[in-house]
Amino acid sequence: MNAAAEAIAEQPASRHASGSDMVVRARGLTKRYKNAVALDGTDFEIGPGRIVGLIGPNGAGKTTALKAILGLTDFEGELSVLGMDPRRERPQLMREVCFIADVATLPRWIRVHEAIDFVAGVHPRFDRAKCERFLSRTKLTANQKVREMSKGMIVQLHLAIVMAIDARLLVLDEPTLGLDILYRKQFYQSLLEDYFDENKTILITTHQVEEVEHILTDLMFIRDGKIVLSSTMEEMGARFAEVLVNADKIEAARALKPMDERTAVFGKSIFMYDSADPEQLAQLGEVKRPSVSDLFVAIMKGTYA
Amino acid sequence: MNAIVKSPFAWLLKREYWESRKGFFWAQVWTAVVLLAITVLSIITLEVFRSRLGMSINVGANGTDMNALLNNALSHNMSLVVRGLDASMLSFATIGGIVMTFVVFFYFLGALYDDRRDRSILFWKSLPVSDTATVGSKVVSGALIAPLITVGVILAAYVCNQVIYSIWFAAHGLNPFTLIWAHVEPFQVWLHMLAMVPLYLFWALPTIGWLLFWSAAVRSKPFLWAVVIPIAAGALNSWIALLGIPHINVGFFWGQLVARSLLSIIPAGWVTVMNPGNLTDAPETIRHFGSYAQMAHVFATPELWIGAIVGIALIAAATWFRRWRDEV
Repeated sequence: MNAAAEAIAEQPASRHASGSDMVVRARGLTKRYKNAVALDGTDFEIGPGRIVGLIGPNGAGKTTALKAILGLTDFEGELSVLGMDPRRERPQLMREVCFIADVATLPRWIRVHEAIDFVAGVHPRFDRAKCERFLSRTKLTANQKVREMSKGMIVQLHLAIVMAIDARLLVLDEPTLGLDILYRKQFYQSLLEDYFDENKTILITTHQVEEVEHILTDLMFIRDGKIVLSSTMEEMGARFAEVLVNADKIEAARALKPMDERTAVFGKSIFMYDSADPEQLAQLGEVKRPSVSDLFVAIMKGTYA
Repeated sequence: MNAIVKSPFAWLLKREYWESRKGFFWAQVWTAVVLLAITVLSIITLEVFRSRLGMSINVGANGTDMNALLNNALSHNMSLVVRGLDASMLSFATIGGIVMTFVVFFYFLGALYDDRRDRSILFWKSLPVSDTATVGSKVVSGALIAPLITVGVILAAYVCNQVIYSIWFAAHGLNPFTLIWAHVEPFQVWLHMLAMVPLYLFWALPTIGWLLFWSAAVRSKPFLWAVVIPIAAGALNSWIALLGIPHINVGFFWGQLVARSLLSIIPAGWVTVMNPGNLTDAPETIRHFGSYAQMAHVFATPELWIGAIVGIALIAAATWFRRWRDEV
């Protein structure tokens, strides 16, 4: 999986392509609810062939951003998805965009073969043979009702359907919430092995950052309705560093203006730096690339914006 | 034809049928089965009592052939037989219609609400189907498919019922062909029912729109909103009238507003705008109200068209809610 992610990451950074090639392009995207601002005039872009993690605390505007991209909500500002306006051109857009919102949103009354027949009937880009091939690897049977399935099996069915759709953008909103670890691993494994390629883009929101970290090519942090960090994973690795510092060098470490400091074992501390000089850091202790979740915590603490 | 069957809209209809086949189809079938079982049980009861009393209708005590007498008697008064057969068809139709009314009422009330409640709307909305097509498929399913299935099951039930009688008659040496099957009248009655289906669609539109509107608009309990609002408004208006304050005509309010918003999905509800004539004989009245001329007359009434326009406006509003409602 890591190899796959690295292979992807080595591709030319297509997110720097011109605006018209962008899969998603938002300018001043704003969404106000009665008492709150969910999206606060934010800008962002997502290029083709990327796997983007949209990470943010609860209520930061993640779901609203996804809903806007999927044409499920009205908004102010500019938003173009695959060159279309999700508000006005939703049915056409959904031929090229697919989403799994939440776990277990398949209707409980439907049978496996009915779900497949229906999607095959209404979706011009659905490949039935492919879907059946994916399902043959599971224990699901054609006459089984969703009502009779475990949560993990429902997600298997949903994923088999979605992966058989030749969409250009796949949006996953907490796709593995409440699944046990085997299904969660399998879910992302399947996506990488059987679905993702350079023509597709995947946008994922999840709380289980550790599980998607190794497959992401790009990272977007959202806070208070604004994208506060948008970076490729390589850029992130080059920009942010984490150092394990011995007690005697803590003052020196603090002098380099860390963005975050936390205590580790044996009197050591871990410092996180943004755009610090690698040579200086190497003198302090062992330098490594911070995990997405540690970076997320550091940024969301508010010590850095 | 093949293109129609394979069109996305046909798949939407199929989906509605899959989801609601218990109500649309099986409720009708089980109702018919119960009615047929009652027929069989009545025949058995009759036979048991007859044998206990030692009666025979096959051969008379003095050797005369009772069948010949009965056949002879009936052949002189076939209109009585035909009326019996028509009544049999109409009784299946009445019960089927009552069952359908309940099924269709709750179908529309849940049509745009149930999938919001269980969040499966997020799956439906992940597919390239417009909300207009979705709502349209629900209107067609409830107002056209469900009545067609009902009319179909009524015919099947009638035929089964007459087969049961044929066997019984034949067992007693009576000729079921001259008594039952030679008469086309019940099938003509059935054709009238079939012809009522398009009229049903137009007449039912205000109730369909009203139920779909609340189904799409409210966060919970669409039944309460849809039912309590018109009844409470009717009661309030009646109360204001009682006090002598300016009000909307009470009869108009209940008959045209409340009834049309809740009860127009009752089959043949349009009899209220029909020309009653001066008919006293019940079968004649039924025949009159079921006539093609009277159905055509309903299509010429403002009640039908004003109701249809209001219904379509409500369906459009429901579609808007379906498209833009933020929280599911």
